[in-house]
Amino acid sequence: MRVSVTRRALIPLAAAAMATALAGCGSQISDPASANSTASSGSSCVDTSGSSVKVGFINSLSGTMAISENTVFDSLSLAAEEINAAGGVMGKQLEVISEDGASEPTKFAERAGKLIQQDCTAAVFGGWTSSSRKAMLPVFEANDALLFYPVQYEGLEASKNIFYTGATTNQQIIPALDYLAEQGTKSIFLVGSDYVFPRTANKIIQAYAKAHGMEVLGEEYAPLGSTEFSTIVNKVRDSKADAVFNTLNGDSNVAFFRQYKSVGLTAASMPVVSVSIAEEEVPGVGLENVEGQLTAWDYYQTLDTPANKKFVAAFKAKFGADRVTSDPMEAAYTSLYLWKAMVEKAGSFEVDKVQAAAGGVTFEAPEGTVTVDGENNHITKTPRIGKINSEGLIETVWSSPKAVEPDPFLASYDWAKDLAK
Amino acid sequence: MSTFLRSRWGVLAGFAAGAVLLLVAAPAALSAFNLALLGKFICFAIVAVGIGLAWGRGGMLTLGQGVFFGLGAYIMAMHLKLADASLFGGSGVPDFMSLYGSGEVPGWWEPFRSPVVTLLAVVLVPGLVALVLGLAVFKRRVKGAYFAILSQALAAAFAVFLIGQQATTGGSNGLSGFRSFFGFDLKDPSNKMMLYSIAAVVLLLALAAARQLMRSRFGELLVAVRDQEERVRFLGYDPATIKTVTYVIAAVMAGIAGALFVPIVGIISPADVGVIPSIAFLIGVAIGGRATLLGPVLGALSVAIAQTSLASTFPSFWVYFQGLLFVLVIGFMPGGLASLPRLVSRLKQRRTEQPGGAAPASAPQVPGSAVPAPATAATTPTTVPEEASR
Repeated sequence: MRVSVTRRALIPLAAAAMATALAGCGSQISDPASANSTASSGSSCVDTSGSSVKVGFINSLSGTMAISENTVFDSLSLAAEEINAAGGVMGKQLEVISEDGASEPTKFAERAGKLIQQDCTAAVFGGWTSSSRKAMLPVFEANDALLFYPVQYEGLEASKNIFYTGATTNQQIIPALDYLAEQGTKSIFLVGSDYVFPRTANKIIQAYAKAHGMEVLGEEYAPLGSTEFSTIVNKVRDSKADAVFNTLNGDSNVAFFRQYKSVGLTAASMPVVSVSIAEEEVPGVGLENVEGQLTAWDYYQTLDTPANKKFVAAFKAKFGADRVTSDPMEAAYTSLYLWKAMVEKAGSFEVDKVQAAAGGVTFEAPEGTVTVDGENNHITKTPRIGKINSEGLIETVWSSPKAVEPDPFLASYDWAKDLAK
Repeated sequence: MSTFLRSRWGVLAGFAAGAVLLLVAAPAALSAFNLALLGKFICFAIVAVGIGLAWGRGGMLTLGQGVFFGLGAYIMAMHLKLADASLFGGSGVPDFMSLYGSGEVPGWWEPFRSPVVTLLAVVLVPGLVALVLGLAVFKRRVKGAYFAILSQALAAAFAVFLIGQQATTGGSNGLSGFRSFFGFDLKDPSNKMMLYSIAAVVLLLALAAARQLMRSRFGELLVAVRDQEERVRFLGYDPATIKTVTYVIAAVMAGIAGALFVPIVGIISPADVGVIPSIAFLIGVAIGGRATLLGPVLGALSVAIAQTSLASTFPSFWVYFQGLLFVLVIGFMPGGLASLPRLVSRLKQRRTEQPGGAAPASAPQVPGSAVPAPATAATTPTTVPEEASR
């Protein structure tokens, strides 16, 4: 039988191939110390000899997150253009290489690897979802490269290879709860999309509520992208809570608020505090559905600072008068300037020198002066509660008296002790 | 030429050429980054070999291979997480569990501390799930669209389940940040090279296994079940058993591919195992030519390569392009790219036979006429017509 001959011949062939594969094995980990010594095997290939230096932008330009992340890409582009027009960073023009994260964590990890290893960028800017950041984190740590992440997130993280220019929980969620408590809110209902940020945020809210005598009347999750909210909204209505804390993401907000309105709930009868709806999202959700509702961020387009006026004017001039600016866009814009300031303070594009110089670097950002915390690589931010007005912009109704130091692990809050061990 | 290709030495030479290409030429020509990418594509290609068997040969439209891919991947990822935790943290508890969970390792994770259990589970768990599912489905003679819908629903449910289990599976973040692979440092370039080589060898082995299966009596029965299930039953065979065995083989291949994907790519998340990736697996196979041996592999590789290169240049364009390609292939070239040479030669033949060009519109769906796979399918004594079973 001729088949068997082939089979017999294939086995040694395969075995030989497997043997060659295993022959090329590298170092084995015997003890953690030796493993750490080989940590930075990915030596930097960043070329700073010419008149330009490469930086990478990584945003979801396709997929479900594209609608949000394109805006961050735009404001990053604006910042790069401004910096180049003003002479670049240490006299070198920025050469932007953009990659698409395609709204998939695996894609983000892969493309981040390309920006670091293949394109040899000096720093990378972008990411939005927590899963995209979590996916990129090991890539940046393994290659000892820098990522600037511009979106508010669930905290409980501090990597020396990531600079977080969005708010951590004590700069967004906790101030929002403080605000609600100040307004006399005794009971809240939690509604969120089913992923890391809402689940972690709600864990923090539960702990806060327990310590502050606030009652949590319900905690409901909808799958990301879900548009079926009649059950959840009915539960919310029947709970008669004083307020709703909304961590829904993207399209789900449209369905949620429409349903919310249709059962007769209003901003006056039961206000909703949202942490994922910014100026950019209001038209999508429908102004008629969210007017008067509350948001918690650190930046609004309506802020009256000189830096913000300049930022908004420049953005509209570049991308059109109908465009709006939002918190993540501002944080992204700020992140590029912060990197520039770090590089100039360090006098070098090298990662370890930039990291060493980062602590205390400040920038006059549209949201106010921000300062980098050298310990946890986050920045100081000023929490603000806003109300969506009739134009679809957000007016500040409450603002923290001063910028709040970042505390990603909530170490300074007694009630949060058990959250992050 | 074609007689040589059909001879056993021709086949051996083909495998040797594949091995040289994958194990010698590719590592020499590609940068470390691109080699890792190719390693990832090879994982997809291994899944494709299984789909080629189940769908192309067996007529089972497996719209949910992401489940088996995911099972293999998550099992491997759990082991790597646990191994890292005891190697580096000392506590033995993976980092994300203390962040989002109770800080304790759930009981069903514990078995995967053992490397042996993990390696066995990578093969056995997808295989057993497919076995149970296959028996339940095929014994009841569920087929066609119902089976496709069922398998797709399973993929959707699996992804939703994973997302909901943030404390134990990492939720939508998935599992990532692996530092060692069975004691080997994953940052070491030579270890990355080793992982790539293992994937390449596994692909060659999967191809060899698929070829033996296709040429065996079992393979002939499988094609017969695809085309005329009732007749096979009247001949005294149980089509359910034949289909279940094939389904299990496809699942095991997907599971192994998933397990290799994890250390090569460094992350597994629900977005890699749900409905969309499951369909993406299938598109590659369809484009390459589902009923052939090499078609699925070439399809999976070329679709993945095209996606990576096109998507960086035209981000939102890729999805449309992929859809268009799929429609074109299904509509005009049901045998996939692998049938291209045959189609071309047939067109030539027709032109020489009928210079007037009065031939009827080309109808590749006529049973027995559109035999794809010049090198492989043609070697089997039975003809392997594409059945209109979509």
